[in-house]
Amino acid sequence: MNAKSLFLATACLLASACSEPVDHRQGVYMLLDTSGTYTQELNKAQSIMNYVLAKLDSADVFAVARIDTASFSEKDIIAKVSFDEQPSRANQQKRVFLEHINHFVNSVRSSTYTDITGGVLQGVEFLREAGTGTKTILIFSDMKEEIPEGYVRDVPLDLEGIEVVALNVTKLRGDNIDPREYAGRLEAWKSKVEQAGGRWRVINDLERLEAIIQE
Amino acid sequence: MSPESWFLIFPGAPGFSIAVLVVLAMVSLYLARMPVHQAIRSATRALRNGMRLTARSLELLEQRLVSRNREVLLSAGREAAERVMEREFERIEVAVNRDLSDYPALHRRLSAAIQRIEEDYQSHVESPQAPEDWVHAVDAIAKIPSSRDTMARVLKDIQASIERDQVTALAEYRKATNLRHRVLSRAMPHWRHLVKGIDSVNAALNRLLDRSRSIDRYMEEYRSIVRGDERAERALSSSSLTQFFIAGLVLAIAVGGALVNFHLIARPLQEMVGGSAYIAGFKVSQVAALVIILMEIAMGLFFMEAMRVTRLFPVIAALDDRLRVRMGWAAFVLLFILAGVEAGLAYMREVLAQDDAALIAQLAGTGTAVTSQQWITSAAQMGMGFILPFALTFVAIPLESFIHAARTVFGVVAVLGLRALAFLFRLGGNICHHLGMLLVQLYDILAFAPLGVEKLIATRGAGRKSAPSVKAAEV
Repeated sequence: MNAKSLFLATACLLASACSEPVDHRQGVYMLLDTSGTYTQELNKAQSIMNYVLAKLDSADVFAVARIDTASFSEKDIIAKVSFDEQPSRANQQKRVFLEHINHFVNSVRSSTYTDITGGVLQGVEFLREAGTGTKTILIFSDMKEEIPEGYVRDVPLDLEGIEVVALNVTKLRGDNIDPREYAGRLEAWKSKVEQAGGRWRVINDLERLEAIIQE
Repeated sequence: MSPESWFLIFPGAPGFSIAVLVVLAMVSLYLARMPVHQAIRSATRALRNGMRLTARSLELLEQRLVSRNREVLLSAGREAAERVMEREFERIEVAVNRDLSDYPALHRRLSAAIQRIEEDYQSHVESPQAPEDWVHAVDAIAKIPSSRDTMARVLKDIQASIERDQVTALAEYRKATNLRHRVLSRAMPHWRHLVKGIDSVNAALNRLLDRSRSIDRYMEEYRSIVRGDERAERALSSSSLTQFFIAGLVLAIAVGGALVNFHLIARPLQEMVGGSAYIAGFKVSQVAALVIILMEIAMGLFFMEAMRVTRLFPVIAALDDRLRVRMGWAAFVLLFILAGVEAGLAYMREVLAQDDAALIAQLAGTGTAVTSQQWITSAAQMGMGFILPFALTFVAIPLESFIHAARTVFGVVAVLGLRALAFLFRLGGNICHHLGMLLVQLYDILAFAPLGVEKLIATRGAGRKSAPSVKAAEV
C-alpha cells in the first residue's frame, strides 16, 4: 500500500512537472493617439502607463508607441523594455522607462492623421516577436481612424491570442450630434478585432485601472 | 388503424376489446406465474446473498483491522511506557550518582565526627573528687574520747580545713565544669555536621523512594499493557485521540509560523533565482523558499532525534552515542547557518520592499516614500528570520505525537467506515429480499382473477376430499 501511494504521488508529480510549460510572462504594447486635440489627453495616458509599469513583473515586456500618420513603423515605438529576471533590476528599468515616457509626453507634437490599424499591426508584430504568454494591446485613442491617401490598411489582421483594450475612448463632436456614430465606431472595431481572432474590451472609466491587465 | 387503437381486437367495441385483453393478460400472467416468481426470487436472492457476502467480508476486514489497531495501540503504549521507565531509571541513576556516589566519604566524615564527639565525651567524663572523705575523717575524730576543748579545737581546725578545701574543690569543680562546657561547645559543629549529613542522606533516600514509587506505578501500567487489559486499551485510545487533536493544533500553529517564514524569504529569493521562472506552475523562488523551510524542519527533526527527544528514525537512535552527538551538532550548525541566511534574506526583503515602495511612490507621483524608524521593521524581520527556524525545530515533538496518534485515529475511523459500509450492505440485502417478496405479491395482485378461481377450485376439491372422510368417520 505504501509503495502504491509513493508510486502514485511520484507519478502525479512527474505528470505535473512534465506537462506543457506555461509562459507566465506578460507582453503589453500601448498605442498613444497623438492626433489633433487628443494630445491633451496624454496626461491620463501617463497615469495608465505608470499603473501598467507597477503591475508588470520580472521578464515581462512593455512597449509604448505613438499613433501618427503612418504608425506601422518601429520608429513610432517611443520606449520598449524587457524587464530583467531580478526584480530590483526590473525596478531600475522601470525608472528609466518612466523618464523616457515623461520626456515624450512633454515634447509630443500632434500628427495630422490617425493610423490605428498600422499601430495595431506593429504591436502584433512586436508582441509575436517577444513571445510572451499573454499579449495585450492597449489603444489610448478616440478610435477615430484617419488614414492618408495612398496608405493601404484594409489588410487582414491576425489577433489570435491577443487582447485589444481601447482606453479613454472620448466622444467627438460628431458623436454628440449623432451618438450612433460613437457606437458604430466601437462596434466596427469590435467586429474587426474579433474577426481577426482577438478579444476586445473598452475601458473608459480610468478609476478601474485594475481591469486593464488581467492576471 | 391509428396507433392509439392498435389494441382494439374488436373495432367498434373498445370496452369489450379491453376486457378481452385484460382477461388474456391475466391468464398469461397466471400461466407465467411460477417462472416469474422464481426469476424474481432468484434475482433478489442473488442480490441479497451478494450483499450479505460483501457485508460479511467487510465485517471480517473490520475485525482484522480492530485486532491490528489493538496491536498497534498496545505496541505504541508499551513503547511509550518503556521510554518513560527508561527515563525514570536514567533519573535514578543520575540521582544515585549525584547523591550517593560520595556516600563512602560521607560515611567517613560521619565516623570521624562521631569519634571526635566520643573523645570529647570521654574527656569531660572525669569530674573532681567530692570531699566526702573528710566526712569520714570527721566521724572518726568525733569518735575519739578526749576533752571537750581539745575536741572543739580539733574540730574547728578541721572545719577550717574543710571550708578551705571546700572552696578549693568548688573552684576546681567550676573550672572542670567550664572546661566541659567548652568541650561540649566545641562538639556542637560536629553534631550539626552529623545531623546535616544524616538529613542529606535522608533526603536522597526519600527522593529515591519517590522515584521507585513512580517506577512501580509505571511498571503496573506497563504490565497492564503487556497483559492487554481492556482498561489499558481504553486509556491508550483516549490518550491517542487527545494527543491527535493537541498535536494537530500545535502543528497548525507551526504551519502558520512556516507560512510567515515563507513570506519572509520568498521575495528576496526572487533576486537569486529570478522572478519569472516556474516549476510545475509554481514560481521557482517560492519553491526555493519552501525547500529552505523544509530543510530547516528536516535539520530540526535530525537535531531532536540526535538529542533523543523524538524517535522517528530508528537508525539515528541506534547510532553510537558519540556519532549521534556529532550528528546532532552537525544538524545544529546547519540550522544555525540556515537561520543566519534567513536573517540576511529578511533584511534584503526589507531593502527590496523599500525600493518597491519608492518606485510605486514615483509612479504614483507622490514623491519618495521614506518612513522613519525603518530600522525597527528591519530588525524585527531579521529577528523573526533568525528565530523562526529554531522555533520550527520543535515541530518534531508534535509531529511525532501526531504521526503516532494518527495511526490510531485513522484506524478507528477506518473501522467505523467499514462498520457503516457493512451495515449498509446488510440493509441493502434485506431491502432486496423484501423487495422481491413485494414484487411477487404485486405480481399476484395483477393475476388476482385466475388465482381466485384457482383458490375456489382448490377449496372445493378439498371439500370433496374431506366429505368422504367425514362420512367414513361417521360410519
